[in-house]
Amino acid sequence: MSSVAQPIAAPRRRRAAPLSLGISTAYLSVIVLIPLAALVLRSLEGGAGAFWEAITDPQAVAALKLTFGISFVVVLINAVAGTVTAWVLVRDSFRGKTIVNALIDLPFALPTIVAGLTLLALYGPRSPIGVNVAYTTAALVLALLFVTLPFVVRTVQPVLLELDRDMEEAAQSLGASSLQTFRRVIFPNLFPAILSGTALGFARALGEFGSVVLISGNQPFKTEVASVYIFGQIESDNVTGAAAVSVVLLVASLGVLLAIGGVRRWATRHDQ
Amino acid sequence: MSRYALRFAALGYLAALLVVPVGLVVYRAFEDGVDDFIAAITTPEALHALGLTIIITLIAVPLNTVFGVMCALAIVRRRFRGHGIVNSAVDLPLALSPVVVGLALVLVYGRNGWWGAWLIDNGFQVIYALPGMVLATVFVSLPFVVREVVPVLREIGDEQEQAAATLGASSWQTFWRITLPAIRWGVAYGVVLTTARALGEFGAVSVVSGRIAGRTETMTLHVEERFQAFEVQDAYAASVVLALLAVATLLAMTLVRKDEA
Repeated sequence: MSSVAQPIAAPRRRRAAPLSLGISTAYLSVIVLIPLAALVLRSLEGGAGAFWEAITDPQAVAALKLTFGISFVVVLINAVAGTVTAWVLVRDSFRGKTIVNALIDLPFALPTIVAGLTLLALYGPRSPIGVNVAYTTAALVLALLFVTLPFVVRTVQPVLLELDRDMEEAAQSLGASSLQTFRRVIFPNLFPAILSGTALGFARALGEFGSVVLISGNQPFKTEVASVYIFGQIESDNVTGAAAVSVVLLVASLGVLLAIGGVRRWATRHDQ
Repeated sequence: MSRYALRFAALGYLAALLVVPVGLVVYRAFEDGVDDFIAAITTPEALHALGLTIIITLIAVPLNTVFGVMCALAIVRRRFRGHGIVNSAVDLPLALSPVVVGLALVLVYGRNGWWGAWLIDNGFQVIYALPGMVLATVFVSLPFVVREVVPVLREIGDEQEQAAATLGASSWQTFWRITLPAIRWGVAYGVVLTTARALGEFGAVSVVSGRIAGRTETMTLHVEERFQAFEVQDAYAASVVLALLAVATLLAMTLVRKDEA
């Protein structure tokens, strides 16, 4: 390639480098896209009727309902707790703040199975504080709160850091109470970030497996979430049924991802 | 006043959910003395599990780093057909259940999968063996480097790269001298996140590995197996090893962030 007399800018960006692009696409296909295609095709193997039958199986419906319901409750709690935490980390100052800030990422760094085990140690049968929620829906809520904790904090924190304090001061000097300032000035600015963090957490909660598998007891119709149901179906060789419920989760995840993309575009439009 | 209330609420929430449970497991692991702890993590199964986890991580992380940088460059700097598909496909593993990931891989690489029989006939077993576990780990940890590098690439723009090119640098030289130094902190942060995810993967590996103790059992699977076998003390000990790795990851993340600033 003669690069000496190359014209600048536009043409360079448009020419795709065949090799690196080819490798990237092949890698993504072999690892992600082809397996997911196999999953979708397998779920439809017996026709649309069989697919419908698999996802309307009472046990599958119960698991899906539980998963969506609990995930929704959990992300609502973490939307509030995450916003408060982000606020404290940005606006408050106290000793050890750096450590607390690093701790927020612990649920990302700690293996999910360990997360479940630690919660079971404190809130399970051998609880030193006498709280035993093991094998109940409360245990599911705890586990999902743990793994989805960082999402809202980490999306709200940078927005809060960038937020112009002048607006707040203006509102206050015009006589707004601090609650009014929060509701009318701060919250509208944070809302897109809270929403996208909540959506990411929701997607994560829908598919969570490792942290719930020890603590929830996995009783069908009671504490069995969708991913545990799928795992059970694979174990008992009902692969087509497992694939069908997997596709439901896959579609839900895709929907959430698209929605987040939408929220981001909407937020950037509002910035301008 | 309300400032202290908020601080108290936030710190209390973190303590109840994160700090106290993890602290308790560390305490429980050492409850019967350090000797018992060491005995629990030096059984042949535990050592094999730790070794396997490290091997898988050492394969998956470099693969995803090289791919991640390449893919981020393609997403930001190139226009090509299917741009949108690549961009969304990269995010998918973040939102997918690990069990679904495992199942999808079995359906392609398993004995009854699309390519599984052919691969086994040619002496290459993927599912219930190391290659499948590596594939599962690569799948779930794939987005991190891409997602960390893409915003950095957007931020730095391509003026310096163009300048280098007009001055006669080859694209390879431009990459090593201009682009890579500019994105190095993004790459480093992505690598740390990828490593954490690879070390801790449970669901996807659980489906594709067959969970044979001493053969296809990683550290996380070992924790579960010990717990189910009512050897809770062993499960706590193995958890502490994983938690230490997690803390090391947090430290690395904090350091990278500090250097970046």
